[in-house]
Amino acid sequence: MPQNKMPYIDIVVDRCKGCELCVSVCPKKCIELDSNAVNVKGVNPAKYVGGCIACGSCVLVCPDVCIELYKEEKAKKIA
Amino acid sequence: MQTTKSHPKSLFPVSTHYCGGCGHGIVHKLIAETLDELGVQDSTIAVAPVGCAVLLYNYIDVDCLEAAHGRAPATATGLKRSRPDCIVFTYQGDGDLAAIGTAEIIHAANRGENFTTIFVNNAIYGMTGGQMAPTTLVDQKTETTPYGRKVQNEGYPIRVCEMLNTLEAPYYIERVSINTPAKIRKAKKAILKAFTYQKEGRGFTFVEVVSTCPTNWGLTPPDAMKWSADNMEPVFPLGLFRDKGAEKEQTESGEKN
Amino acid sequence: MKQLMTGNEAMAEAAIQAGCRFYFGYPITPQNEFIAYMARRMPEVGGTFIQSESEIAAINMVMGAAATGQRAMTSSSSPGMSLKQEGISYLAGDQLPAVVLNVVRGGPGLGNIGPAQCDYFQATKGGGHGDYHCIVLAPSTVQEGTELVQDAFDLADKYRNPVILLSDGRLGQMMEPVEFKPRKPANLPPKDYILEGKKGRNRRIICSLFLSEPVLEEWNKKIQEKLARIAETEVRYEAKMVEDADVILVAYGTCARNSKEAMRDLRARGRKVGVFRPITLWPFPYDALGQAVRKARAALAVEMSAGQMVEDVYLAVKGARPVFFYGRMGGLVPSASEIVQQVEKIFSEKM
Repeated sequence: MPQNKMPYIDIVVDRCKGCELCVSVCPKKCIELDSNAVNVKGVNPAKYVGGCIACGSCVLVCPDVCIELYKEEKAKKIA
Repeated sequence: MQTTKSHPKSLFPVSTHYCGGCGHGIVHKLIAETLDELGVQDSTIAVAPVGCAVLLYNYIDVDCLEAAHGRAPATATGLKRSRPDCIVFTYQGDGDLAAIGTAEIIHAANRGENFTTIFVNNAIYGMTGGQMAPTTLVDQKTETTPYGRKVQNEGYPIRVCEMLNTLEAPYYIERVSINTPAKIRKAKKAILKAFTYQKEGRGFTFVEVVSTCPTNWGLTPPDAMKWSADNMEPVFPLGLFRDKGAEKEQTESGEKN
Repeated sequence: MKQLMTGNEAMAEAAIQAGCRFYFGYPITPQNEFIAYMARRMPEVGGTFIQSESEIAAINMVMGAAATGQRAMTSSSSPGMSLKQEGISYLAGDQLPAVVLNVVRGGPGLGNIGPAQCDYFQATKGGGHGDYHCIVLAPSTVQEGTELVQDAFDLADKYRNPVILLSDGRLGQMMEPVEFKPRKPANLPPKDYILEGKKGRNRRIICSLFLSEPVLEEWNKKIQEKLARIAETEVRYEAKMVEDADVILVAYGTCARNSKEAMRDLRARGRKVGVFRPITLWPFPYDALGQAVRKARAALAVEMSAGQMVEDVYLAVKGARPVFFYGRMGGLVPSASEIVQQVEKIFSEKM
């Protein structure tokens, strides 16, 4: 996980079916299928490769609810 | 650092049997989020269809009754009339709702039964291996229209929202899609509105979701999303058909002015 | 206090008195008085009445109400009963209680509106798909009809099984004195399967789909064990003058009435005749009927059909005695004098 406060996604690998919807909707090409890994379903699961801008498209589109998006909450204006 | 959205409470955190990239997973998620947001998981009874979503009860964590093919609106009528305090919804595909179940959906809508129907339209019969659906497009090839759907033999695709919109009673009818993230957001709004209206006891609410069937369309999931947008939406235009709640508000604010 | 009521209306009132508060039905002759009575009466008791779009929709509405623990019923006549068979199979597979009234008319197909008993196979051998049975009750008077309706709801709840009441166009339309006697509430198991929103517990499913074959077999075994228990404990019949009879008339419903009249006629002229009247058509009183016929010399099954219940009579008798059949079809009823003639034929030609 990135240690700075940039947004990132976490993927539940074992539920991923490799459908690539997340790959296709990410505007920054942050997600790829991991050709070096095979999950319990026997597919190459999705893998986060960096650059997330927290648009949330992948979270919306994943039919298997595999993706969690982590982002810093916007600071509230005090004055 | 916090997560924007955790796994919906009303959705079991399990793998589904749906094909990779199938629209059902997205729609289930939106319904589960809706039930969470309205706080009605504990008072909801779902009616599962015959079709790919027959095992809906393994994914959405609510009391659930399995209905016979097409009869979910009749079954839901019995449920809701008995338990008007419960949230009742049917979840039906294009065969279940628009083929064998045309009478049941029309008459439940016509009686203004206070339940919600989520109609998942992917222009094909998924579970049985890709036969023609009432919503299959003209010239679309399926297992039972191997030369493409021909108007002369098979007629035209049926537009259910438009049909139900001819009835007096239905309270809310909208057609949405899930083939882009932006449309998924709009679909969520529509589903939330439908269930909210039900919770407020307003009447029959109906959301048609233009979806995909990558497996039987022979397309990759991303291509299927595009096919849905490019080919299905011209035939099944997205949009609001009826919202008596909004009409009411307009009238009231008009009267105030 | 006795009042004159038609069979249809009396049985509708009996359902109300049994606590039925959900009725869904579709008009079809000769049971329209039932649905009209329900339309008037249900609102009076705060119940729900829906004239559904079809008989199919009605049975599925019953399923919805039953799944939430309500006493729900529907009524129809033969062609409409054919439409309901899928729904009844689902109710049986779901193990849900429900009461379905069939006021049988002439068939097959559109037939006519005369009384008949040609739906016996459909009711007792399972008109729907799969291994199941409905409990089938057959009244032969309007008074008995009112009692069996209330028994039907109790049996449905006791066993979580659909129950069919087999009436016919004559019984439904005829007027007889009826008295609604107060009943002690039956001792019934709690409804721990109903759907009502999960309310913090694990969610419940009511379904008949079990994709795993061994699991479905186990489910079927449970249902079969239940049916075996029903067959052991719920058999009902009436046996009149069978102990010394030479010929036993076997008939139910309207045919039993005319058979009893024929029996009285024949006894008056010295013929030893008895009447065995099954009241539960399923479970059929095989043992009691077999015993009775073995003590006699022959049986004559009388039906308003081409011969359906007679097959169960063969099974009961197991070839020990000759079993004869007399029937009328097309909405016609075997009269007492026709039955007398048939019995005389048996005495003179066959014995």
